[in-house]
Amino acid sequence: MKMRTLLMGAIATTAFAPVAFADGHEGERGRDGQLNIIYWQAPSILNPFLSGGTKDLEAASLVLEPLGRYDENGALVPFLAEEIPTVENGGVSEDLTSITWKIAEGMQWSDGTPVTSADVKFTAEYCMHPEGGCAQGAKFSGVESVEAVDERTIKVTFDGPQPNPYQPFMGAQSPILQMAQFKDCLGPKAPECTEANFNPIGTGPFVVKDFRPNDVIQFEANPNYRDPSKPAFATVNFKGGGDAAAAGRAVLETGEFDYAWNLQLAPDVIAKMAEAGKGTPISAFGTLVERIEINLTNPSPDLPAETRSTIAEPHPILSDFKVRKALSMAIDRELLTEVGYGQAGRATCNFVPAPALYASDNTECLTQDIEGAKALLEEAGWTDTDGDGIRDKDGMKFSLLFQTSTNAVRQDFQALIKDFWNQIGVETELRNLDGSVFFGGDPGSPDTFQKFYADVEMYANNFDGTDPQAYLGSRRCGTEPKPSSQWQGENINRFCDPAYDALLDELETTGELEKRGEIARKLNDMLTKDTMTILPLVDRGRVSAASTTLGGVVLNVWDSELWNVADWYRKK
Amino acid sequence: MLNFTIRRLVLSIPTLLFISLVIFLLLQLAPGDPMAQVPLTVPPEVKQKMREALGLGAPIHIQYIKWLQQFFVVEPSVFIDYLTNKSFLLGWLPDTQLSMTVDPVTGELVEKQRVISWQTRSPVMDIVIQRMPQTLWVVGLSYLVGILIAIPIGIYSAYRHYSLFDQAGTFITMVGFSIPPFFTGPLLIVIFSVSLGWLPSIYDTTLVVDSWATFKTQFLQMIMPVMVLALQTTAQISRYMRSAMLDNLNQDYVRTARAKGLKESVVVMVHVLRNSMIPVVTIIAMGMPAIFGGAIITENVFKVNGIGQLLLTALFANDLPMVMTLTFIFAILIVLFNLIADILYGVLDPRIRYD
Repeated sequence: MKMRTLLMGAIATTAFAPVAFADGHEGERGRDGQLNIIYWQAPSILNPFLSGGTKDLEAASLVLEPLGRYDENGALVPFLAEEIPTVENGGVSEDLTSITWKIAEGMQWSDGTPVTSADVKFTAEYCMHPEGGCAQGAKFSGVESVEAVDERTIKVTFDGPQPNPYQPFMGAQSPILQMAQFKDCLGPKAPECTEANFNPIGTGPFVVKDFRPNDVIQFEANPNYRDPSKPAFATVNFKGGGDAAAAGRAVLETGEFDYAWNLQLAPDVIAKMAEAGKGTPISAFGTLVERIEINLTNPSPDLPAETRSTIAEPHPILSDFKVRKALSMAIDRELLTEVGYGQAGRATCNFVPAPALYASDNTECLTQDIEGAKALLEEAGWTDTDGDGIRDKDGMKFSLLFQTSTNAVRQDFQALIKDFWNQIGVETELRNLDGSVFFGGDPGSPDTFQKFYADVEMYANNFDGTDPQAYLGSRRCGTEPKPSSQWQGENINRFCDPAYDALLDELETTGELEKRGEIARKLNDMLTKDTMTILPLVDRGRVSAASTTLGGVVLNVWDSELWNVADWYRKK
Repeated sequence: MLNFTIRRLVLSIPTLLFISLVIFLLLQLAPGDPMAQVPLTVPPEVKQKMREALGLGAPIHIQYIKWLQQFFVVEPSVFIDYLTNKSFLLGWLPDTQLSMTVDPVTGELVEKQRVISWQTRSPVMDIVIQRMPQTLWVVGLSYLVGILIAIPIGIYSAYRHYSLFDQAGTFITMVGFSIPPFFTGPLLIVIFSVSLGWLPSIYDTTLVVDSWATFKTQFLQMIMPVMVLALQTTAQISRYMRSAMLDNLNQDYVRTARAKGLKESVVVMVHVLRNSMIPVVTIIAMGMPAIFGGAIITENVFKVNGIGQLLLTALFANDLPMVMTLTFIFAILIVLFNLIADILYGVLDPRIRYD
C-alpha cells in the first residue's frame, strides 16, 4: 500500500465516520456538558517538550496539536497541515533529505491569532536548544535546518537521506507551540515559564482553565476551534492520581467517570468490574511484545569478566539453531496469553507485530509441538543417557538459567515455560530481579538485562511511532553491550549476521513504503523464525475503559489516546 | 518560660540545619533516577541532556548550598513581596521587591530562582500552598472528629473499668489501631460507592462550596476519608485518655472530693478530667504536624490529592527538590509542635517549671 492510498483510506474513514454515527449527536459546540476523564498517573506539566511521561503528553494533546497525527491504524492524518507531504505529492524531496509542510488555511490559536510557519520554526528552535534538555530531542535528531518559506509553508532539511521524515511535528510527542507565548522561554529559561508550561495556548478542541499539577486539570471548549460543531463537550474534568484499579472502578463500576486510561490489571479483575455494566473495557494493539531473548554468548561464571557474556565466547548449548527452535516449539503461546493478558494480549511470533505493512505473516510458532521439539533435540545430539529426565550431550547437562524482572505475570510465565521445557527434557533454573535493577543499566551491577548473565531472559519492548527502522537496527553487529561500551547497547542477544546488516543498510536508504515493508518483514523473520534468536511470546495491547454513555471513542496506540476527543459525544 | 522558649528556638536552628543536611544526603544516596518514568523509547543521550537541564550535573555541595539559599532566602522574600503587594492584611505597606534581581545582561528586573520541582518545573512552594486546603480540611477535620469521639469514650471506659462498654471500646480501638487505611478505605468504597452508590469514591478537589447543594456534595465526599482517618485518631487518643483517667481516679484528691459530698459528675468531669487532660493535650499537640503532613495512604485511596499524595508522587518520580522541601517542612513543624507541647505542659501543670 502506498502512502497516498493509506492517506486516502484515512481521509475516507474520517469522512464517512459522521455519516455512520449520525444518530442525532450532531449539533452546536458544548452541547453535551462535562466530560470526566481519569488518569491514574496525574499529569505534572502540559508542555510535552519538558516531560517525556505519557500522562503529560496525553493531557497536553487536548490542547496542543502537531501538524499530523497517527490514526488508530498507524496511518498518517493531517491535523494542522493541509495534507501529509509525500514523495508523490512533492512534499518530500526525491533524495529524501527534506520535507515541506503546508499549514491548512484558516488555522487559529485559541486566542484567535493565526497559526503561522513562524510558530512551527520556533517550536523546532525551542526543542533543539542545546541547554533546554528537550525530552523529544530524538524527534529532531538529524534535522539540519527548519525554514519558514512563506506564511504557511515550512521546510525541514535533514543532514542526510531520511526515509522516515515524519519525526518532527508529527504525533503527540511533537506538537506546535505558540511563539508569542513561549518566545522568552528558550533553553535554560524553559522552567521559568510556569504560566506557559501549565496553560499552553493551543489549537486543539479544548483550552486550559485551571491546571493543578499532579492533581486535576479543568478544560473548556476552545471558542476558536476550526469545526464550529465541535467539541461536543463544554468542559473536561481531567482527574489524576490513585491506582489503575480505582480508575477502572470509577468508570466500570460506579460510573463517576467517563474514561479511564491504561488499566494495567489482571484480565479477570477487569472482567469482574465490567459486569457492573456502567462501562466497557476497550483494547487496541501496538508494538509492545513480551519476548524471550536468547543469549548467543556464554554467560558462565567460570569465565573471566572480560569475556563472560561477550562474542568471544559462543554459547555452548544455544549456539545451535535446532536447540533454539526446539525451545520455541515447546512453548504454548496461546495458553500463556490467556493466563497473563486475556483480552489485552495475542500470541505472536513476530518481533515487529504491527503496523500491518511491517508485520510478517509468520505464525508457525503458534502451535505447540512437544514431540517435534523432542525429535529436533535428538537430531541435535541431545539425549538422556543417564535416565534422569534431563538431556545431556558430551557430559554436559541441558540446563538453562532463565531470568526476568519481578512482576506477577512474568513469574507465572516463568513457571509455565519451565514446565514446557521440562517436558522436552530441559532443566530450567528461574530467577527474578527487581525492575529498577534489571532495567537500570548500572554497569557495575551483574543483574542488568544488558549484561545478560543468564542463558535466556524475558521482558517487553516496543518502538515509538510506526516506523521500525531504529528498532530493527538494534540487532546490528557490534552494537551489543560489552565491557568496552560500559555494557550499554541494544543488541541484547549479541546477534551478528552480515546479511542482516546489509539488509538494514538497504532499509535506511529506501523511501518507497512497499519496499520498506518487505525489507522490514524479512529482517523480522531473520531474527525470529529463521534463526530463533528472539522468541516472541505475546503482543501486548492497551486496555482502557469508556463509559457506556460515551460515543466516538477510538482507542489509538500510535498517538495520544485522546487524539480524537473533539469527536467524542454523549449518547442520549 | 520566655527564656526557655527563646533558648529552645535558638537551639532548633542548628538542629534543623543538621536535619536538612541528613535529608539531602539520604536522598542523594538513595537509588533512583528522575528519568525513570521516561519511556524506554527515549534514547540515553536525550535522557542525559534532560538530567543536565535539571541541574544534576553540579557537584553535591553546590546543589545543597543552592537549595539552602533558595529555601531560606528566596522563598521568604517571595512571601514578603506577596504580603506587601497583594495581601489583604498588609497590602497597604509600600510594595517590596526582595525576590527580584537585576539581570546582568538585559538590565531588566527578573525573579530570583526559587525551589523548582523536577516534575512540574514550577516553584515547589506554590504547589504546597495549593494543596494545603484539601489536606487541612480532610485530615484536620478527621483529627478533630477523632478527638471529639475519643475523649468521651476514654472517660467512660475508665470510669466503668472492665465493664462491657470498656471491653467493647478496647476491642474497637484495637481493631482501629491494627487495620490499616489501605484496607478500610477500599472496603468502605466497595460498600458505600460500588454496592450502595451513596457516596462518591473519588474526591473532587475543584469543588467550590457556595450553596447548600455544593455543601452537601462536599459533605458527602468527605465522609469516607474523614471517617477512615478518624478511626485511627480515635483509637490512639481514647487509649491515652483512658489510661490518664485511670491514673487519676485512684488519687487521694478524688476520694477527698467525694468525701466533701461533691456530685459524681463534678468529681469526674471537673476534677479528674482536668488533671487527666494534661498528658492528652500534649499528645494532641504532638500529633498536629501529621495533619499538615497529610495522610499519604488515605489521600491516595480517595484521590484527595493533598500534601500526602504530593509527597508520594514526588517520591515515585524521584523529584528530589520537592521531596526535600516537603520533608524539611515536616521537620520544622515537628520541632515547632514539640516545643508547643512542652510549653503547654508547663502552662497546664503549674508544678512543671523549665527555668
